[in-house]
Amino acid sequence: MVTKDSPPETRRSDRSPWNWLLIIPVVVPLLTFLFNSDGPRIAGFPAFYWIQFAFIPLGVLCTVVVYRATKRKG
Amino acid sequence: MTGEHLTELIIFGLLFLLVSGMGFVAARWRRPTTMESLDEWGLGGRSFGSWISWFLIGGDLYTAYTFVAVPALVFGAGAAGFYAVPYTIVVYPLVFLVLIRLWSVSHVHGFVTPADFVRARFGSPTLALVVAITGIVATMPYIALQLVGIEAVLKAMGITGHLPIVIAFGILAAYTYQSGLRAPALIAFVKDVLIYLVIIVAVLYIPSKLGGWGNIFDSAQAKFDKTPVPSDGILLNGTNQLNYAMLALGSALALFLYPHSITGVLASKNRDVIKRNMAALPAYSFVLGLIALLGFMAIAANVKPIVTDGKPDTNTVVPVLFDQMFPSWFTGVAYAAIGIGALVPAAIMSIAAANLFTRNIYREYLRKDATEAQEAKVSKLVSLVVKVGAVACILLLDPQFSIDLQLIGGVVILQTLPAVALGLVTRWFHRGALIAGWAAGLAVGLWMLYQIPNPAKGKAHFGGSAYPLGELGLDTKMTVYVGVLALAVNLVIAVLGTLVLRAAKVADGEDATKASDYVADEGDPKVKKELDLASST
Repeated sequence: MVTKDSPPETRRSDRSPWNWLLIIPVVVPLLTFLFNSDGPRIAGFPAFYWIQFAFIPLGVLCTVVVYRATKRKG
Repeated sequence: MTGEHLTELIIFGLLFLLVSGMGFVAARWRRPTTMESLDEWGLGGRSFGSWISWFLIGGDLYTAYTFVAVPALVFGAGAAGFYAVPYTIVVYPLVFLVLIRLWSVSHVHGFVTPADFVRARFGSPTLALVVAITGIVATMPYIALQLVGIEAVLKAMGITGHLPIVIAFGILAAYTYQSGLRAPALIAFVKDVLIYLVIIVAVLYIPSKLGGWGNIFDSAQAKFDKTPVPSDGILLNGTNQLNYAMLALGSALALFLYPHSITGVLASKNRDVIKRNMAALPAYSFVLGLIALLGFMAIAANVKPIVTDGKPDTNTVVPVLFDQMFPSWFTGVAYAAIGIGALVPAAIMSIAAANLFTRNIYREYLRKDATEAQEAKVSKLVSLVVKVGAVACILLLDPQFSIDLQLIGGVVILQTLPAVALGLVTRWFHRGALIAGWAAGLAVGLWMLYQIPNPAKGKAHFGGSAYPLGELGLDTKMTVYVGVLALAVNLVIAVLGTLVLRAAKVADGEDATKASDYVADEGDPKVKKELDLASST
């Protein structure tokens, strides 16, 4: 169970300026005044609904960027 | 009545049998040398890669009850029910950095439950017990609600009585006992394939029969305009916007505090699996958003919820909509998707609750020298007890009671945030202050929930989770999610309490974790054995 052959590498850290990007998809979907309206409609969808659907790719994009940018080498 | 639903019933039954068989076979899947440890039975060997984790965590978080209750909420209240979408967008970036720390420290120390972590971090078995009991109490009604999901489908097929549910849960209990977390992991594939299939067909096919999306939204608005309730409609209004955002935020904060979510995360094999999943899980949010809109389709299609004991059961609107719109065989597939959707989370939840009992009550207080095999044995038995409890909840109590309990459960589990989530980031808090904050948050939360009436359901108390700020003396009609208010009280007490206890030099617990534990990854040394010896005092 205990494998102690390799000592932990030099100070690893999760800190990165890229992490700030995660704030966008946390805050923007909570700002109801941005999307609480009926128009403009797209394919019959009121703005309230299609804008919130559009936040999903926004969240995915920000998370993927942070993941790629902070990936450990090797 | 049953005759006209025969095709649906046969398809439903066949798919149900298929996944039951898979549940039993799962014990052989990625077969371990022994099943006799919590790492294997309760966490699937901590070996799941990105794909399995995606299905497992997705199957875990997006439950049958969600699929039934969210559109029911949209059917009844409109836009306010759509909070499930921002909720499940916000959650992943919110927990991204915290969950990888939890995974790392659990990997190094062999933690199985969030309470294990709290115990080691704050050196307090009492705080761990508090976290464990909170987790069990919040999870139990959630399991019971999965039964409500199955029941809604059975009702729509004209089946009444409780026997089918007892049988379904009996089978579920048997294969969870045998295969542990591997069973829901394997079944989750079937569940998700069915759900995606049904929803894609539903959103392409049903709107064409109802005159398009524009017409669906317009008929929903027309219905809400006729009701006397001011807060419903296809848009939010001045009083419920803040609650919408706070409910989404509060629910997001609560989601990964639930023991079953953490079980899914700890079963991943490394940090990258978790990070990739945080980016990929929103695919389910998209489906959830479409499912929510089924509520509007039900309005446009003039669906009447099934009435039992004189009360219309809005949880049946989606099953009834499917029954009206689809040919019988496809309705059967759709019902099976919901039914199987109940089995996956119910299995993971019962495993998570059982692990909490075993690790933080049995091993801590009843049998300190329990071996890994004994832990696995106890967890397996407790998972059975938990399911019997959930069935009893539904059979003996009004299902409405489970729904109330689940509402309370979200507020309750949020009170473990300072110890579990903030504890992962900082060791600043004093263990005594965390316990005091938890108690204060719980008391305030329950008091506020008790105060909220629901005139529509004829209830004086526990009628919802939106607390009117006017009650606090503010000159406004706005409402806010109780969980967030209670958490604020919790945090204030925890901060003040820490300052006071530090000033009074009250002894704080030892931190058994090191800073480097929180960034460890697959292949790094574990300290499991040493911790067990050191912490048995």
